[in-house]
Amino acid sequence: MTVVADVGRRGSVLAALAADPLFWRLASIVVLCGGWEIAGRIPVNYALPSFSATAAAFWRLLADGSLATAYLDTLQPLLLGLVISAVAGIGCGVAMGLNRSAEWAGAPIFIVMQAAPMAALIPLTTFVYGIGLTAKIVAVVMLALPVIVLNSYQAVRHVGPSLVDMARSFMATRRQIVRKIVIPDASPMIFAGLRLGISAGFIGVVLAELLITPTGIGDLITYHRSVADYPEMYATIASIILFAAVTVGALQRLEVALFRPEKRGQP
Amino acid sequence: MSKSSAAMPLPRNHVEVEPAEPVVEVRGIVKRYGTQVVALDGVSLAFRAGELTSLLGPSGCGKTTLLKIIAGLMQPTAGEVLVRGRIVAGPGPDRAFVFQDFALMPWATVLRNVAFGLELKGVARDQREETARRHIARVGLAGFEDRYPHQLSGGMRQRVGLARALAVDAEVLLMDEPFSAVDEQTRRKFQEDLLALCREERKTFIVVTHSIEEAVYLSDRIVLLSPRPGRVSEIVVPEIPRQGTPDEIRRDPVYIDTVEDIWRGLRRYVE
Repeated sequence: MTVVADVGRRGSVLAALAADPLFWRLASIVVLCGGWEIAGRIPVNYALPSFSATAAAFWRLLADGSLATAYLDTLQPLLLGLVISAVAGIGCGVAMGLNRSAEWAGAPIFIVMQAAPMAALIPLTTFVYGIGLTAKIVAVVMLALPVIVLNSYQAVRHVGPSLVDMARSFMATRRQIVRKIVIPDASPMIFAGLRLGISAGFIGVVLAELLITPTGIGDLITYHRSVADYPEMYATIASIILFAAVTVGALQRLEVALFRPEKRGQP
Repeated sequence: MSKSSAAMPLPRNHVEVEPAEPVVEVRGIVKRYGTQVVALDGVSLAFRAGELTSLLGPSGCGKTTLLKIIAGLMQPTAGEVLVRGRIVAGPGPDRAFVFQDFALMPWATVLRNVAFGLELKGVARDQREETARRHIARVGLAGFEDRYPHQLSGGMRQRVGLARALAVDAEVLLMDEPFSAVDEQTRRKFQEDLLALCREERKTFIVVTHSIEEAVYLSDRIVLLSPRPGRVSEIVVPEIPRQGTPDEIRRDPVYIDTVEDIWRGLRRYVE
C-alpha cells in the first residue's frame, strides 16, 4: 500500500514538474550547457572552450571591468539607433499603411532594403561617417529600420475590416479610427516588428564593431580571438546573445503590460 | 400565411396598404462591382417602425451588401437610402449595426466595448458607462462587465454586440447574420430574446439571414432576394400566431407551411 502511495506521490511530483513551462526551459538550458561542456572537453576543436572554462572567463571579464566598459561603448549607438529606428520606422510604416501615396513612395525602398544584404553596405558607411559613433548608429538603423517599417505597414493593412466598419457605423472620425481601432489592433504585429528590429540592431552594432570601428563588444571579441583567449571570446559572444535575448523578452512583457490588458495574468 | 394581406392586427398586414411614413426606405438601389458583377439590381423596399424584416436569400444575393448600403458603410452605384424621409449618404445616429463576426475590440472589456459608440460620440465616461451597464444587464450579461471578449462564448459575444448597438439608442437596428456564428441552442434563446426586444421597443429591425426557419420564426415580413443580379423576388408575410411558446410556434402548421413555401421558392436558385 505504502509503496503504491509513494509511487503515486512521486508520479504527481513529476507530473507537476512536467506541467511547469519553467521546468522545460531550465531543462533545455541544462542540455545545451551540458552538451557544450562535453564538446569542450573532448575537445571537438582546440578553439572551443568548455562551458565551465567560458563561465570562468566570464567572471574574469566581469571582475576586471572590461565587459562593462565594452557594453557601455556598444549600448550607446545601439540604443540611439534603435530609438531612431523605432520612431521613424513605426511612423513610416503606419503612414504607409494608412496612405496610398506614402505606400507607393515608401514600400519599394523598404522592400529592397529588407531583401538586400545590408550587412554588405556597413563597411561603406565608413566613407561617409568615419569610424565614430555616427557610423555605428547608421549601421544599427540600416539593419533595424526596414523590418520595423514593413511590419508596421503590414500590421496597419491587416487591421480587421469589420472593426473599422464598426467604428464607422458609429460615425467615428478618421482620427478616432486610427487612434482607437487601427493602432491598438495593429500593435501586436508592430511589436513583433520591433522585436525583430531589436535583434537586427544587435547584429548591426556588432557587425559595425567587427568590421569598421574596433570598439565595444566587437573589439572585445576580435581582441580575445587575436590573442587566442578563446574562453574570453566565447564568454563575450555568449553574453551579447544572452543580453539580446533578455532585451527582446523584456519588450514582449512591456507590450503585454502596456497594450494588451486582455493577456495579463496569462502564462 | 399569405402574400396578400389578411385581417391581422398591427404591422403584419402592411404589404399593399401604405401606412404612416416608413422609417427606412431604399429606392432603386443598384450595386455593381467593376463592370461585370451586378450585386444588386434595382432594389426598392420600405421598412416600418416596430417591424422586423428579414432579408433572406442564397449566398451571393447581395443581402449583406444591401444591409451595408442601408447602414451607409457602402455606397450604392445608383439609387438612394432614406431614413425618416431624408436621403442619407453615410452612417448616422439613427442606425446601429450588429456584425456577423461581432466586431468586438479584443483589447477592451465588455463595458468599454458596449460603451464604444458613446465613447466615439464624446459622451462623458460616467454617463456612458452607466448607460452601458444598463444595456449589459438587459442582454443578460450583468457581472461580465470587466471580462474581455476572448473570455466569453460566441453567444455572449454577440450579446455584447447587441448591447453596443442598443446603447446608442438608434431607431433602426441592422443585423448582419447575427446568429450564424453561434451554436444552435444559443441561437434559439437569442431569437426568443430578439422577439421580446421587438415587442418592448418600437424599433425597426432589419435582419439578414440565410436560415429560412429563422426568418419565418422572427419576421413580420420576409424579403426574398434572388441572386446575381440581386432583386426582390418575393415578399412573404408569415402569419403565425405569436402567442404560443416557441415550441408551439415551431409545431404550428402555418409555420411549417411557410418554411416549405419559401424553400420551394428559393430552391431553383440553389440547384
